[in-house]
Amino acid sequence: MKNLVIIGGGTAGTAMANKLIKYLPSDKWKIIIIEKAKEHFYQPGFLFLPFGYYTRDQITKPAKIFFPKGADVINCEVDRIYADKNLISLKDGNSIAYDVLLIATGTRISPEDTPGLKGELWQKSVFDFYTIEGAEALARFFKTWEGGNLVINIADNPIKCPVAPLEFTFYADEFFTRKGIREKVKITYVTPMSGAFTKPKASKFLGSLLEKKNINIVTDFFLGEVDNTNKKILDFGGREVPFDCLVTIPLHSGDPVISKSGLGDEFGFVKANKNTLQSVSYQNIFVIGDASNLPASKAGSVAHFQADILHKNILSFINNEPLKASFDGHSNCYIETGYGKGILIDFNYETEPLPGLFPLPVLGPFSLLKESRINHYGKLLFKWIYWNILLKGRWLPIPSKMSMKGKITD
Amino acid sequence: MAQKTYAGKTVDVNEEGYFTNPSQWTKEIAAEIAKEEGIVLTDQHYAIIEFLRNRHNSGEALSIRSINHSGVIDVKTFYQLFPGAPLKKATKIAGIPKPASCI
Repeated sequence: MKNLVIIGGGTAGTAMANKLIKYLPSDKWKIIIIEKAKEHFYQPGFLFLPFGYYTRDQITKPAKIFFPKGADVINCEVDRIYADKNLISLKDGNSIAYDVLLIATGTRISPEDTPGLKGELWQKSVFDFYTIEGAEALARFFKTWEGGNLVINIADNPIKCPVAPLEFTFYADEFFTRKGIREKVKITYVTPMSGAFTKPKASKFLGSLLEKKNINIVTDFFLGEVDNTNKKILDFGGREVPFDCLVTIPLHSGDPVISKSGLGDEFGFVKANKNTLQSVSYQNIFVIGDASNLPASKAGSVAHFQADILHKNILSFINNEPLKASFDGHSNCYIETGYGKGILIDFNYETEPLPGLFPLPVLGPFSLLKESRINHYGKLLFKWIYWNILLKGRWLPIPSKMSMKGKITD
Repeated sequence: MAQKTYAGKTVDVNEEGYFTNPSQWTKEIAAEIAKEEGIVLTDQHYAIIEFLRNRHNSGEALSIRSINHSGVIDVKTFYQLFPGAPLKKATKIAGIPKPASCI
């Protein structure tokens, strides 16, 4: 028997396990998933928690119900990967040998890497919503907050779900308007980018939406430190933005195991080929999802599209064939814009988000780079799709390669 | 596609003045672009420019964060060397594309 070991049973690891079990002959291959967490969170739901739209129970399920029958699951933390020996040591002292390793360890916030961010105001007036604890603490804070300077800040890229900070900002505008205290809440969006978003067309569209909603934007701001005494954030050049409530999207890092095992870049993301998803150092190591250093979004839809091509490459590798399947950087995100509306963007390494209809020309039904109600329902529907299709590695009627159908170019 | 002349050489640039062909770059050209930005290049400037160019050539993404890991200078010094928007200015002077943070 040979071992295919998956480290990480989150969105990407779970989807891959479900996909691979269908293709690997069970008399020759054993799939082993290493995942310590017992709960699986629907992470897009973290955005909704601070505003009371969802509760923790509504976005949590036991992790084990999504793992395929026939796979071994080890509830333990990995201590280190010894890639030269094809061996993984676990924190409980055991070790596991692998023939093929799939790294799906994701990304995490590292607020401790910015001076003052995890200071005395942490979870008192400084919050994150990228963890369940942070999102819940913020929900409690918002219940009684009477207003002031609300600052939403991205410390630096890359971050998970790059559209979430904007969605949070749009939701905050709606939330405080409905509460009747919008005029007492000054909302400022502070970003390291030169506009609301990275790619030109989407940035222009989203920037004008911020303006329409009376949200200030501060650009080119790289967070250097948080001054807890004077309630200010400062960039490395000394620019200051005062806050009464800071919603931070801290720096992101890969799993500490990656750096410890010598497989990552300086932030702990696995160095991988951006098309084949194979590690640049070891041929029998592959990576999927947020754990890689690929220049693609760190998002669930990306992991889904990657899974489509990666299972082919893993099978090719096992059969000593060249890796032919190629990931194009495809990403597809619903962006909530508040008041029951949303927009949709669809793009890849080469093509920026464009206006048009998706997935079909004329019929849509979703509109690209344009607000609509149906896009919002698409986002809500996605929760069902996530639990029932995406995690189970099932087929979705959206090809993994980005299509130009329905898109309008200049 | 626009062109600009620096130190007697014609180079290809985009609408924002960033090089579209990094191989056309020379140290002398860098000094002239820097002058436009109001910066006089020192050895420290050249050290970080070399780091940025090497990193770009190896296909790795550039970010403010990566400067702290460069082993050349820290981010605060980077801001002092290229005041305002250091990464944008430094990449322009280094003759490489403006870092587009991937999403």
